[in-house]
Amino acid sequence: MTECELLSRISEVQFVCVELNLYLDTHPTDSAARSDYFSYSKLLAELIGEYEEEYGPLQGFGHSPTDVGCWVCSEWPWERNR
Amino acid sequence: MWIYQKKLEFPVNITNPDLMMAKALMAQYGGPDSELAAGMRYLTQRFSMPDDRLRATLNDIGTEEIAHWEMIGTMILQSMDGASLADLEAAGLIGHYTMHGRAVYPADPNGVPFTASYIQSTGDPVADIFEDMAAEQKARATYEHLMNLTDCEQYLAPLRFLREREVVHFQRFSECMNILKELYPDGKQNKLRR
Repeated sequence: MTECELLSRISEVQFVCVELNLYLDTHPTDSAARSDYFSYSKLLAELIGEYEEEYGPLQGFGHSPTDVGCWVCSEWPWERNR
Repeated sequence: MWIYQKKLEFPVNITNPDLMMAKALMAQYGGPDSELAAGMRYLTQRFSMPDDRLRATLNDIGTEEIAHWEMIGTMILQSMDGASLADLEAAGLIGHYTMHGRAVYPADPNGVPFTASYIQSTGDPVADIFEDMAAEQKARATYEHLMNLTDCEQYLAPLRFLREREVVHFQRFSECMNILKELYPDGKQNKLRR
């Protein structure tokens, strides 16, 4: 996947996680939703790991353990695709 | 604490800038029902919420609102990028230019700066959640007005996404209200205590 395709895939999976997270906030015992949240969270972590190994850190404060790329010099989201 | 992720929640890429939209979008960056007001409102109200489910909802929706605020800031910045003074004047943005140049600033489209008096935190969970439900509806209406102002897909796609989020947040806050009705069937969520 290109950087753009991978970011777009991350955003899709992250959106599923945001939705399930908010739903679980008011339905914390829904076991089907909990199980979906667990699988999509694992997939999201894998995709973010894949991105960061190839293109550098996506997250600050120690949440992106990668030697590749550079937190400071990668584009800011408001500059992307410009 | 919060961890920043160097990406937007939903992509914004405006290559056909529209200064009228830059001005109108300020409603959602620094207006009374803006993403900023929403984020501050929920993240502040959560401290005194009585139930874990309500605290989680306010915490997580409040966090998502900050990501929406970043999307709106990006849309405003990209809409003003490279605009000439003549174009800024034609769009009614000379006041903005005089004080802020082409920078993003939390004011509404009429230049009224953001203020904390746009939000409430009463310590009464029913009053706070009702305010939050109303805020989501007002923001949805504002997004619909913004969508009426443009035919450009570069604006419409993120606006559709943001409008839909208001609908989902309203749904979650409605569930919070049902939880409160179960917790306080007698309506005494704010007993007089001296």
